[in-house]
Amino acid sequence: MAPLDFLADYLPILVMLFIAFFIAIAMVTASFIVGKSKPDSAKLSAYECGFDAFDDARHKFDVRFYLVAILFIIFDLEIAFLFPWAVSLGDIGLFGFWSMVIFLGVLTIGLIYEWNKGALDWE
Amino acid sequence: MLATLAFYVFSAVLIFSAAMVIVVRNPVHSVLFLILAFFNAAGLFILLGAEFIGMILVIVYVGAVAVLFLFVVMMLDISFADLRKGAVQFIPLGLFIGGVLLFQFYVLFQSWQIAPSAMLNITTPSLSGEEELTNATQLGRILYTDYVFAFQVSGLILLVAMIGAIVLTHRQRAGVLRQKVAEQVARKPSDVLEIKKVETGSGVE
Repeated sequence: MAPLDFLADYLPILVMLFIAFFIAIAMVTASFIVGKSKPDSAKLSAYECGFDAFDDARHKFDVRFYLVAILFIIFDLEIAFLFPWAVSLGDIGLFGFWSMVIFLGVLTIGLIYEWNKGALDWE
Repeated sequence: MLATLAFYVFSAVLIFSAAMVIVVRNPVHSVLFLILAFFNAAGLFILLGAEFIGMILVIVYVGAVAVLFLFVVMMLDISFADLRKGAVQFIPLGLFIGGVLLFQFYVLFQSWQIAPSAMLNITTPSLSGEEELTNATQLGRILYTDYVFAFQVSGLILLVAMIGAIVLTHRQRAGVLRQKVAEQVARKPSDVLEIKKVETGSGVE
């Protein structure tokens, strides 16, 4: 196999990237050209249910979002381990299968722990 | 031909977005440019034939790490006026650190030599020899069988990270009403209601 032959498999992704790029560009420019734009001070002012905005929209986020994100990362990494396993499952036999099942079992213990602990609830 | 063109497009956008990460004022925008940089780096990895790394870059870095960055940026109390105020006085320090880093890179790449045997690695080595395999398949063939110990240890490390994150950041707040589905469903009228016959003129105990 020539060194760059495998890239032909990725051609559909490249084509899709181009189509997505041009559709996005077309939408933005079309709405820029076609749409009417007559701004005035009333249109541009912040709208908050009729009264003036109380304060800036740049609030600090609750730190609990961070816990959710960290727990998400861990299961994301678990998925990263699943990919090579899925493509080579036919070669690695029953031992490879059960080694992944044990790995998933260990992480399921963590899932049960965080569920019981209430880390997934927003209270 | 197409691969060369794709390489130049990916690298150009990568360098542009990497520069924008440090140039734009709004930290949220710089995180978004960082995500664009990750995507283009993934494209470059796929061009190199390292499709597994490209995949991981998209899944882990774009999916998770960039989200974490966004959360960190949003949790900071950003006031743009304050950010700009102190910037000027740190320019000499920044220039000094940048100069040291540039010097170190210069020294490093001056003495950098590629071992002749390393050139053999450019063609993807395959385990069995004759057949061409993708990175993911090759990894999968050895990771779950030959390196099963390292694999299980990584699972335990993830478990420790999960428990550690919960222990460190999760607070149980008092006085919060939670849904307990099993208890709520199992509740019967006879457990909580009592019907009493009240005689006229007397109260209820």
